[in-house]
Amino acid sequence: MNLPTEIPLQAYLVLAAILFCTGVWGLINSRNAVRVLMSIELMLNAVNINLMAFSSYLDGQLIRGQVFAIFVITVAAAEAAVGLAILLSLYRNRETVDMERFNLLRW
Amino acid sequence: MTIASTTQLICFAALSITLVVGAFGVVLLPNIVYSAFLLAGVFLSVSGLYLLLNASFVAAAQILVYVGAVNVLILFAIMLVNKREDLSAIPGLALRRVLSAAVCGGLFLLLVRVAFTTPWALPGPASIGEEATARIGEHLFSDYLLPFELASVLLLMAMIGAIVLARRDVYTSDVITGEPADQGLIEKARTPLLTSKP
Repeated sequence: MNLPTEIPLQAYLVLAAILFCTGVWGLINSRNAVRVLMSIELMLNAVNINLMAFSSYLDGQLIRGQVFAIFVITVAAAEAAVGLAILLSLYRNRETVDMERFNLLRW
Repeated sequence: MTIASTTQLICFAALSITLVVGAFGVVLLPNIVYSAFLLAGVFLSVSGLYLLLNASFVAAAQILVYVGAVNVLILFAIMLVNKREDLSAIPGLALRRVLSAAVCGGLFLLLVRVAFTTPWALPGPASIGEEATARIGEHLFSDYLLPFELASVLLLMAMIGAIVLARRDVYTSDVITGEPADQGLIEKARTPLLTSKP
């Protein structure tokens, strides 16, 4: 068996693709609103893995990808706080976290 | 990082397996609490991948922000909304799952194809390794100063917004009768505004 001597860039990209697609599937299919927020966090982490891999392999001197990843982490934290607050307020008004019953705006 | 390449490969394989299994567990497990703890495992293995990519500062930030703040916030939200409810059956749910799995599989194949057909400019410039933290600081206070300040404003707005959205109005006296409100019963005596029949 002939293993590569170091990890190729594509390994990180494929890993991030798996994580992103899992997040998209969970986002579409989750009935629980908390799980939807978790899926969004998975997708953001997949994007961060991509940014860090490009920063390490293609931009080793000016590590701009790492700066971008820090901004993405910041925005993800803000998004989680506001999302969970919206979820709490929604639960208080509808007494459920089932995504199928949040259909007030459905035509 | 200056560890042997075989060790690096083993670490990468272990972290990838943890990551993928944890991510599938997050979206597939029926118990939401198990999902939340597996999400912490996913965040930790992502931070291990950052360590493999010579980014110790971002790895520490990942653990602090995601595992320390976001995951704890998610656990608190689960505790606050943990009413056991039987989800009503939806017609065509299995078909929807299969269709969305097909769409996600197609997206995955597209991403993999792009990753393997794009001519990346490899090998890039040599990695600066442990000086990355100092370089990130230089970036944040020179050419990324405006996004940095905007991020602080964004965090402040998110904090105020979260408080406003999640706050429950507490009255010291009853609105109608004017008597002092029983603060002990505030949690129980509330009627949901929009509950419709299921």
